[in-house]
Amino acid sequence: MNSFKRNLQEILKYPSAIAGSLIILLLVIVAGIVLATIPYSEAIRLWRGGEEVWYANPQYAPPAWINYFRKEKLPVSFSLDSLETDGEKIVTTFEDVDGTTSRTNITYTFDFQADVVPQEMSLYFDAVYVSKQPFVSIKWITPDGRELRVGDFGVDKRMTYRLSQDEKLKRRLGGVVPMVGLFADPNSETGVPLKGTYQLVLESVSFEKDSSIHAEFVFFGQVFGLAGTDHLRRDLTLPLLYGVPIALAFGLLAALGTSVLTMIIAAIGAWYGGWVDELIQRITEVNLVLPFLSILIMVGTFYSRSIWTILGVTVLLSIFTGGIKGFRAIFLQVKESAYIEAARAYGSSDIRVIFKYLIPRMIPLLIPGLVSSVPAFVFLEASLAILGLGDPVLPTWGKIINDAQTNAALYKGLYYWVLEPAVLLMITGLGFAMLGFALDRIFNPRLRGI
Amino acid sequence: MTDKQRDVLLSIQDLHVWFELRRFGFGHAGYVKAVDGVTFDLHFGETIAIVGESGCGKSSLMKTILGLNKPTKGKVIFENLDVGALSGEALRQYRAHIGYVQQDPFGALAPFMNVQQILEEPLLINGVKDAAERERRVRKVMEEVKLTPVDDFLHKFPHMLSGGQQQRVVIARAIILEPKLVVADEPVSMLDASVRVEILKLLRGLQEKYHMAVIYITHDLSTVRYFSERVFVMYAGNVVEKAPVNSIVHNPKHPYTAALMDATSDPDANNALTMRELPPGEPPSLVNPPPGCRFHPRCPKRIENLCEVEEPYDLQADDHLVSCWLYK
Amino acid sequence: MSKDTLLRVEDLVLHFKTQKGSVRAVDGVFFDLAHKEAVVILGESGCGKSSLAKAILRLLPRNIDKYSGKIYLEGDETMAMDDENYRQNVRWVRMSLVPQAAMNSLNPVLKVGDQVAEPMIIHHGVKKEEALIQAAKMFQHVGVPVDFLDRYAFELSGGMRQRVAIAMSLVTAPALVILDEPTSALDVLTQANIFNVLKRLKQELEVSFVLITHDIATSSELADRVAVMYAGQILEVSDAHRFFNEPLHPYSRMLMASVPRLRANTEPEFITGQPPSLLDPPKGCRFADRCPKRFAKCAEEPPVVNVDGIQVKCWLYTS
Repeated sequence: MNSFKRNLQEILKYPSAIAGSLIILLLVIVAGIVLATIPYSEAIRLWRGGEEVWYANPQYAPPAWINYFRKEKLPVSFSLDSLETDGEKIVTTFEDVDGTTSRTNITYTFDFQADVVPQEMSLYFDAVYVSKQPFVSIKWITPDGRELRVGDFGVDKRMTYRLSQDEKLKRRLGGVVPMVGLFADPNSETGVPLKGTYQLVLESVSFEKDSSIHAEFVFFGQVFGLAGTDHLRRDLTLPLLYGVPIALAFGLLAALGTSVLTMIIAAIGAWYGGWVDELIQRITEVNLVLPFLSILIMVGTFYSRSIWTILGVTVLLSIFTGGIKGFRAIFLQVKESAYIEAARAYGSSDIRVIFKYLIPRMIPLLIPGLVSSVPAFVFLEASLAILGLGDPVLPTWGKIINDAQTNAALYKGLYYWVLEPAVLLMITGLGFAMLGFALDRIFNPRLRGI
Repeated sequence: MTDKQRDVLLSIQDLHVWFELRRFGFGHAGYVKAVDGVTFDLHFGETIAIVGESGCGKSSLMKTILGLNKPTKGKVIFENLDVGALSGEALRQYRAHIGYVQQDPFGALAPFMNVQQILEEPLLINGVKDAAERERRVRKVMEEVKLTPVDDFLHKFPHMLSGGQQQRVVIARAIILEPKLVVADEPVSMLDASVRVEILKLLRGLQEKYHMAVIYITHDLSTVRYFSERVFVMYAGNVVEKAPVNSIVHNPKHPYTAALMDATSDPDANNALTMRELPPGEPPSLVNPPPGCRFHPRCPKRIENLCEVEEPYDLQADDHLVSCWLYK
Repeated sequence: MSKDTLLRVEDLVLHFKTQKGSVRAVDGVFFDLAHKEAVVILGESGCGKSSLAKAILRLLPRNIDKYSGKIYLEGDETMAMDDENYRQNVRWVRMSLVPQAAMNSLNPVLKVGDQVAEPMIIHHGVKKEEALIQAAKMFQHVGVPVDFLDRYAFELSGGMRQRVAIAMSLVTAPALVILDEPTSALDVLTQANIFNVLKRLKQELEVSFVLITHDIATSSELADRVAVMYAGQILEVSDAHRFFNEPLHPYSRMLMASVPRLRANTEPEFITGQPPSLLDPPKGCRFADRCPKRFAKCAEEPPVVNVDGIQVKCWLYTS
C-alpha cells in the first residue's frame, strides 16, 4: 500500500493528471447523481415519451443560454398552468351567476423582452362538464394597451388551441401570421415585436353546476432550458445527463474487461506455450483480419442492439488483438526471470505462477493502458449509436447525434444539437487521456527501474 | 576427505540432458547435448563445486537436479526417488525439497513483493497455513542469514536492499523449508569482492549448522577452496575431472583444469609483466561436439590418433578421477 | 606535470540531479597516467567509477548538477574546450571508450567490420574501403580472424564481440582507451585471453589504458598504477607493485584481504557495513564508519598525503 501512496503523490506532480482526475471525478459524481435522481424506468419513459410528455416544449429549440452570445435575443419558452395559482402571472377569478351558470376568468401575464416572435402559443384546456360545453372568449392585451380579440369557441373536455393555426385570427390580423401580428409594434414599419408586458385573458362561461375549466398556456419560444430540445420536443438535458453513466459504464467495463482478459489470456499462453500459445496466437491473427466494426454492425442489425450485447461482443473481439501480442512479448521475457524460476523451484503451481508472479509484474503496464483505452470504447459506443446501432431504448450521447443527423441538424443550423454531445464526448476522452498519459509516465520508468 | 560411509543423498547416473533443436518451429535439426553422460554421488551434508565455463552444461545439470528439466537418458535419484519419473504434483513437491540460490539476487526476487511476502511464499505453497507460524519461521530464517534487526527488513522491497542483503534474502528463501540439498548457482558472481566472502561464509556456516548438502556452481576456481569438499570440472557436457578440492588445487591433472587454474589470477603485480599461456580457440558447439575427447582440439598435450578418436580414458586414483588419455 | 604525463585528472566533480537530491557520483577525483601505462580504477559497485568514465569522456546525461575540475590530455586542458571541438578532436580521436557490456551493445543489423570502420569514416573522413583496411588491421591486433569483418554480432562468441568492441575503440589510433569493466561478464579463459590482448596492445600500439573494474585479481593483469575509488572519491593512488604487496589506505588493505586466492592459504575477510549513500555522504573521511583504525581526526576531511610517491587520502599518514 506504501507504493500506492507513493504513486498517488507522484500523480499530484502532473497538472494534466490532476485535471484529468478532476474531469473523471466530476463525471462520476454527475453519473451518481443522475442515477440516484432519475430512475432507469423513468428515464426510459421520458426518452420514449413523445408528444404526451413533451407537449409543453418547443421543437428544435437551442439552449436558452445562447442569448448571452446573441445581439438579437430569442424568446425563452415557458408555460403557465391555471391549476397553479401564481399571484402575478396567473390570476383566476370565479363568479357564480345563478347556481348553474358560472364565469371563470383566467389572465396570464408575462413579460416579453425578445427581439424575435415565439414559435407558437398554445392553450391546453381541461374542461369538466356533462353535456353542455363551456364557452370561452380570448383577448390579447399588448403592452401599449391595445386589446385584440383572439377567438371565441366552445371547449371540449381536453382540447388544444394553437394560436398560429387559427385561420380566423390570421384574417382578423390582416393576413399576417398570428405570431407576428400579435407581437407586432404598430409604430414600426418592419414589424419588429413590441417589448413589454402582455396579457392573455380567457373569459369562460360554464353552463352546468359542477362544470369547471382549466387551461395551461404554453409559450413556445425559440430557445429552451439548459440544453435545448430535439425534433420530438424532448429536453436534451435528459439524454446528455443520462449519457454520462452509460458512457462511463460502457467505457470502463469494456476497457477493464478487455485489458484484464487480454492480460490473463496472454499470460496463460506465454506460460504454457506449446499448443495453448499457438491456439491463442492463431485466434488473434484471425481476429485481427476480421472487420471489427462490420461484425458489430451485423450483430446490431441481426441479433440485438442492446448495449450489453454490444459490450459483450466488443470485449470479445477486443481481447484477441494487438494487445495480446504486446503482453505476450513481455510475459515471455518475464517468464524467464530468475524469480519465476525460483518460484517453480520452491514448488509453485502453474496457476500460482501466472496469477501471483506473472500478472502482478504487468499491473504497472496495465493501469495506464486501461485508463487510456477508456475513451476509445466511449467513442465506439457513440459511433455505433451514430450509425443507428445504438441501444434503441437508452438515451445516450451517440443517439443524440444520430437524431441530429437524421433530422439534418447541421443543415438547419441547429449546431447545439451536435455540439453538446460532441463536447461531452471530447471532455470525457480528454479526462481519461490526460490521466492515462500521466500514469504512463509515472509507471513506466519504474517498470524499467525494477 | 570424503567419508565413503556417508549415505548417498543424490545419485546422478549416466545423466544425459539433450534439447531438441527445431527448424522453423518443426522438423528435427539435431540436439543440444547440454549434459552428456554425467555420473556422481552426493552424500548427506557434503558440499561439492561444479566448475566450468558458460555453456559447459553445468546450468542444465543443475536444473535437472532441481526438477526443472527432464533427463533425456540416465537417472537422478534423490533419496530413493527417481526424479525423472516424477510429474505433476509429485514433481512440484520434490522441487520444494531443494533450496535454490540464484546468480542474480535482484532478478531472483519478485520486485512487487516485500521481504516478508517473498519468504512466506515457499511456506504458503507447501502448506503452512497458520500465519503466526509463518511469521515465526520467517523471522527465524532472517536471523539465520543475519538480516537483522528483522523488523527493519521485513517490509522492505528488493530494490531498497543492497546486493549482499538481496542475496541473503535469496538464501533465506532457499533454506526456509529446511532442505537437505541446496543448489547455489554462481551465488556471488554478481556481488562485490568484499561482499562475496561474506555471503560464501554465511552459506558455509548454514551448511555446517544444518548439515545440508550443497552443490556450488561456479566458474571461479579461487572461491572453490573456501567452500567445497569436492570439485567437479565440466567441459562441453562432460565431467572431465572429479577430485577433493586440495587435490585439484595442488595437482590438477586434466589439461583443461590446468588451463582454468592458469587463467585464474591472484592479485599480483607481476601478472602484468607476463602473458598467460592459454589453450587456443573456444569451447565447442554442444550440437556437434568433437569426437573422442572434447577438449582435444584445444589441448596442448594432445596425443595424435588417440585423443580425437577414442573416448577419453577414466583414471580413478584414490578420490581423484580424471578422464584423459595422458594418465593411461 | 612531467613531460611524460598523458592524462592528468584534477579534482574532477560530477554530480547528478535526482528527485531525492544531488548524487555526488564523482566528488573530487584525481590521478595521473604516463604514456604506455595502464591505471586501474578499483572500486565496488556504486562507488561512481562508471560515472568517472563518462566524466572523463564528457559523455554526460542531461541531469547534470555539477561538472567541474581539470582534465589535461597531453597538456591540453580538455575541460576548457567547447563541445564541438571536443567531439571532433578529442573523443574517439585521442581518447576512446570500451563501454560496460560493450559486447552486448554492438548493432545487430550491421556487419562488425562496418561498425569498427565507422569511427574512421566519421573522424578521419576516409573512404569506406580505407577504413575497412584499417579495421582489418585492428582485427589482427585484437586477435579476431579478418574474415569476421563480414559477420554480424550474433554470429560471434562473447569473447570475440568484446575484442571487436576493443578494436572499435582503437581504430582511430587514440593515445588512451578507457575500459569500463571489460571482462566482467566473461568466463575465466576468455577473461585471461582478453587481458593477453590488452597487454599485447599496450606494447604494440603504445596505447595507454584506464581500466575501470571491481575485480582486484584480474586488474593486476594490466595495472601499472592503481587508484582506489570509494564513495565518489579517490582514496589511494599507488604504483601497482607496491599496491598489490602492501597497500596503504585501510580500505585498500581490507579490499585486498577480501580477495579469495587460488595459490595462497589465506582466509579472506569481508568488510562489514555498507558504503555511504552518495546523496548525503559523511563530512569527514567517507570510509570512517567502517574503518578499524578510525580515530578522532577522521571526522574531518582527510588530506591527500604523499608517502614516497604514493598518494593516500588518510589521516594516518599525516606526520
